[in-house]
Amino acid sequence: MEKPLNNRAWLLVAPVFLIVAFSAIVPIMTVVNYSVQDTFGNNQFFWNGLGWFQELLDPTTELGGRFFDALWRNLLFSAIILAIEVPLGILVALSMPREGWKVAATLVVMALPLLIPWNVVGTIWQVFARADIGLAGWAINALGIDYNYTGDSLAAWITIVVMDVWHWTSLVALLCYAGLKSIPDAYYQAARIDGASRWAVFTTIQLPKMKRVLLIAVLLRFMDSFMIYTEPFVLTGGGPGNATTFLSIDLVKLALGQFDLGKAAAMSLVYNLIVLALCWVFYTVMTNTGAERQQGETPA
Amino acid sequence: MSTPANRSSRGSTVVMAVYLIFLLLPIYWLVNMSLKTNFEINSGVTLWPQALTFEHYIKIFTDSSWYSGYVNSLTYVVLNTVISITLALPAAYAFSRYRFVGEKHLFFWLLSNRMAPPAVFALPFFNLYSAIGLFDTPWAVALAHCLFNVPLAVWILEGFMSGVPREIDETAAIDGYSFPRFFVRIFMPLIASGIGVAAFFCFMFSWVELLLARTLTATNAKPIAVTMTRTVSAAGMDWGLLAAAGVLTIIPGALVIWFVRNYIAKGFALGRV
Repeated sequence: MEKPLNNRAWLLVAPVFLIVAFSAIVPIMTVVNYSVQDTFGNNQFFWNGLGWFQELLDPTTELGGRFFDALWRNLLFSAIILAIEVPLGILVALSMPREGWKVAATLVVMALPLLIPWNVVGTIWQVFARADIGLAGWAINALGIDYNYTGDSLAAWITIVVMDVWHWTSLVALLCYAGLKSIPDAYYQAARIDGASRWAVFTTIQLPKMKRVLLIAVLLRFMDSFMIYTEPFVLTGGGPGNATTFLSIDLVKLALGQFDLGKAAAMSLVYNLIVLALCWVFYTVMTNTGAERQQGETPA
Repeated sequence: MSTPANRSSRGSTVVMAVYLIFLLLPIYWLVNMSLKTNFEINSGVTLWPQALTFEHYIKIFTDSSWYSGYVNSLTYVVLNTVISITLALPAAYAFSRYRFVGEKHLFFWLLSNRMAPPAVFALPFFNLYSAIGLFDTPWAVALAHCLFNVPLAVWILEGFMSGVPREIDETAAIDGYSFPRFFVRIFMPLIASGIGVAAFFCFMFSWVELLLARTLTATNAKPIAVTMTRTVSAAGMDWGLLAAAGVLTIIPGALVIWFVRNYIAKGFALGRV
């Protein structure tokens, strides 16, 4: 059934529009304002045109170099965690207990990492992974492997990836679990009568039914990993060197650390445009799958 | 019972057990450290406290700055949840029931704010809230968190509302209910679980966010998560105190999870499964 056209609906949307506009448009205009100016302190600003943008998008300059380094680092990080968290999340969702008190207990434990403030997540892994006082760091070194995440880039990366897997795999798993629960029992009975293998059930029944929630999971995880800040900041501070300086960390260093407002503002805008473009892809893909699903399921 | 089914269910139990241990081990270690003396922490790894102590917790509960950190955090989280849900309810209703000019663009724009990196907004928010005199109050953080929580609440609530048949609205109108009375007395009870899920998510994202909360507060409204960073003293890290504060920040989240455990899975699919 088609929704009726009613422009008075804007009255219902107006409060939301106003508060989000207040929180989004006003600050973005400040950023735009800074991004075309240069400052030498004393609150004196000078017109700089598109200078910062040219410098930012040219990888041979100091600013452009660090921006592209952080961007590639961030994309690599997002790719790694998606490659681990999505299959692992599906596996965990398929392994969820079916009924009884175990379901509630498992859900509560799984949701626990999601409700921990992000800097505490960093702290937890700091005290867990440190070689001198942490269980993991101590155990790995006791096995004869030299491990120190504050000094070695590879160890720092591994620690951050494991931390993120610990923190967010449950989100993917819970989404997939919600998708799995929506499959009627009749599907499984039919598969059993046909003598379908476990793998066949997974690829022909479970995976297609999870497609939509899986899409939400992949995109949420991608977006959130693309703006990760607090956890690596607490754990490694972006180090050793710049090894784990992701985009947000770099931006905050530039803006609040060096107070380089013009450069930081230009970087904010480009960063935000990248996110906006990705978000548009996300939205288009989601609304299209939604439309397909409705057409497929409700012929009436 | 056929053997393959048994084997696969045993496999599931193993996977689940390993995963849950992986989740709980770092948390156990934090609890463990919070119950040790700093001398014991620094003198080597012990799997459980050799000399059980509650000194770190006592220190937190008797020091007013720690205590007010909790109050501040909960104040802005609750404020934000109330604001987000109140504003999002009518908007979600509009999106689920009507077409209007700019509907699709507006929805996308709202959604894009949920995805915007907080780091981009840190500095402009600082300027904005300083300019209007809200800097260092819970209101600044609560309003700033609306940036991502309001769109999220609209998104979740819209999903739940679309599940309610439109005939109910029409019947209520015929029965002579005015719109506000219909909305509060009939419609809201129907989507009560959706409101619960949306409130849970607003609570969650406001509670775990730190970058904006830290940028927008100085001393009076400092959240607990920021107070924790003070544990670096001249004498080095106070690991025990840090761990105890960490444990205490996990508890509110754990309580909330316990109350909404039956809706968690549904909520994570944003009400759209």
